[in-house]
Amino acid sequence: MKTLFDCKRGDVVEVVKLHANSEFKQRLISFGILKGAKVKMLEYAPAKSTIEIQVGKMNIALRAEEAKMIEVE
Amino acid sequence: MQSEKSCPIIAKHIRVALVGQPNVGKSMLINSVADAHLHVGNFSGVTVDKTEILFDYNDYKFNVVDLPGTYAFTDYTIEERVTHDYLCAEDYDIIVNVVDSTNLEKNLQLTAELLTMNKKVVIALNMSDEAKKEGIEIDEKYMSELLGVPCIKVSAATKEGIEELIAAVISEFENPKKDPKLIFSEAVEEEIETIVHYLQKHKYEAKNSYRNIAINLLKNNKKTYERIHNNPIWTELQPIVIEASKHIELHHDSDDMKEAFAQEYASFNRGIITEVVKQEVKKEKKTLTQQIDSVLIHPIFGIPIFLFFMWGLFQLTFELGSIPMDYIDGFFGWLGDVVGSSIPNDDIRSLVVDGIIAGVGAVVLFVPNIVILFIGIALLESTGYMSRVAFLLDGFFHKFGLHGQSFIPLVTGFGCSIPAYMSARILKNDRDRLLTLFIIGFMSCGARLPVYVLFAGAFFSEEMAGNVLFAIYITGALLGLIAAKVLKLTAFKGVDEPFVMEMPKYRLPSFKLIWHTVVTKTYMYLKKAGTFIAGASMLVWFLSNYPHNLELKQTYETKIQKAHAQEQKDILANEFAQKHLEQSYLGSIGKFSEPFFEPLGLDWKMSVALQTGLAAKEVVVSTLGVLYSLGSDVDEENSSLANIIKNEIPFASAVAFIVVIMIYLPCLAASIVFTREAGGIKYFFYLLAFTSITAYVMAFIAYRVALLF
Repeated sequence: MKTLFDCKRGDVVEVVKLHANSEFKQRLISFGILKGAKVKMLEYAPAKSTIEIQVGKMNIALRAEEAKMIEVE
Repeated sequence: MQSEKSCPIIAKHIRVALVGQPNVGKSMLINSVADAHLHVGNFSGVTVDKTEILFDYNDYKFNVVDLPGTYAFTDYTIEERVTHDYLCAEDYDIIVNVVDSTNLEKNLQLTAELLTMNKKVVIALNMSDEAKKEGIEIDEKYMSELLGVPCIKVSAATKEGIEELIAAVISEFENPKKDPKLIFSEAVEEEIETIVHYLQKHKYEAKNSYRNIAINLLKNNKKTYERIHNNPIWTELQPIVIEASKHIELHHDSDDMKEAFAQEYASFNRGIITEVVKQEVKKEKKTLTQQIDSVLIHPIFGIPIFLFFMWGLFQLTFELGSIPMDYIDGFFGWLGDVVGSSIPNDDIRSLVVDGIIAGVGAVVLFVPNIVILFIGIALLESTGYMSRVAFLLDGFFHKFGLHGQSFIPLVTGFGCSIPAYMSARILKNDRDRLLTLFIIGFMSCGARLPVYVLFAGAFFSEEMAGNVLFAIYITGALLGLIAAKVLKLTAFKGVDEPFVMEMPKYRLPSFKLIWHTVVTKTYMYLKKAGTFIAGASMLVWFLSNYPHNLELKQTYETKIQKAHAQEQKDILANEFAQKHLEQSYLGSIGKFSEPFFEPLGLDWKMSVALQTGLAAKEVVVSTLGVLYSLGSDVDEENSSLANIIKNEIPFASAVAFIVVIMIYLPCLAASIVFTREAGGIKYFFYLLAFTSITAYVMAFIAYRVALLF
């Protein structure tokens, strides 16, 4: 399974499925991260502990663990 | 509502709920609509309270409630809860949904949810001037038609479209409510149709349209459920709803109705966007925000740049802040003299001059630092840099169970704990916020500095004292991180809160907004801490002055009269002050609590200083001064107090004393603010127990270790 965490800077991917509990799923959805959304990888913090992505026109920061819950292709 | 009673009857009242996602310029819009002087501003995430604005327009009385920015109705953050609760439970006429025209698709996600609420809605397409600049063109007439609710282009910045917006709100208010046109996929529409059909067949009586009821049943809306639950048709309807939900879940390949509906909204919104938005195709160029980001959140340079900014802020806070401090100090000294000379009664003069003026002066003294710190923080926040720092630091902070955004309250804590507790509100999650609140006290505040300076100067050479001071601060911060880890593993155990955060576009800070924040915060500091400190100072003054012992007084008065040399008179006066203090209430408390502090190597005088320090750390030095018989007119520069401390206090006891100062409660004013921010008096007792026990244990260890040297 390829996740958002595996992406490199500049990659554009599409969200396939959210592997998260209901509460966190809602959180992601409220930021526009849901099935079918196009996501672009922008930057990483040191050691890739946190990543910055672009969804639509918004930039969002995520922790590595959370990025691993987002299946993409 | 109260306001209704106080207004003339002829005017019509329109109650408006202002809703929008964060960073859509809601506060600015309400400012230009009402031309109002807001009582409290709502800056992205700082204020979680809703703000009410009243203004008149023609024959209408507007009552606008500015609700905190929210991405969706997930009840995750305090803002979302406040907004959601208000929209569901309160009485209002119209929702004005403010959306960011430059990011319409995401904003419409919240709009879609609002449209299912069975309320009148007006959409304000804000930032239309920026959208134009970015080459985004929105056909708002067509959009109004497609959604079935009026959409008005406005710009808070250029005040364009404000009149039209008010007109639209009035016209919506006067006309009957129409159902918005929220269209779902065929699969969902079919299920809605089934439920609507059933309701029609049984002539179910309701205020809302059947379609609205059907949608809310499918969405698991609690209120709709409660209402229909008691109706006899429910026994038959329930299986139909369950069956329908299953179909929809199957259709969306999800076991979560909320997710399914989110996808429905998203595709509906995409449809709307393709119809009404025309955007010039632009070349794939890095936006300005991305360019700045590539420097400021650079994997290698990001953190050094941030540290440099922080260092600059601290330099400014202390260097620039110290300039007016001398004047303020001088002013209060002068005020004390002038007021003092006009009061004939000794006791009252002492109460006013030594109690109130000295105490309040000590608080006002820190206003310049606080203003600078607040300006710095407001700049960090309003430019969007704060989110970047949270991004950079989250990895490190996460190891200690903290959140990247915890850093702002923690850094603020080096200045003063009160604004630090208040700024912890930027943490959206309750548990993260509480954990941060609990460790803010470990960041030594400015009021503790005099104590450190005094002791470091007493026991170390001048060259070493600075390093010792730095070490004390660093040790405090490190202890704080360790405490966070311990608390995280025990009291705040649980799944790690996810870190998902918007990185807003960089914006040039608005002078008005910063001015407003700083003025409001400074006023609150002066008011809350000022009134409180005045009271506490009076209490300490009283406890250290009473009961009067006339016999003692007379003995010394005669002794002083007999003495010839001025020097001897001074010595006697000091001796009297000390004897008097020893038998005062404060002295009794000190003697009483001495056994408790004995294991830490602290005598009764130090115990009293620690206890008066609970009121405010500024009091510690002056208490020590009084107790070591120099009179209360001492400050950290007074080298003879340092000498006395060096001679009378063993090094190990001094170490234990400093450790207690570092860890225990900052001051009573801060404790009150903490209690309010944590949301209950029980948290104050937890904090009291936590800090006191930690301070005691750490001081005991420090004392024993220091004895070895």
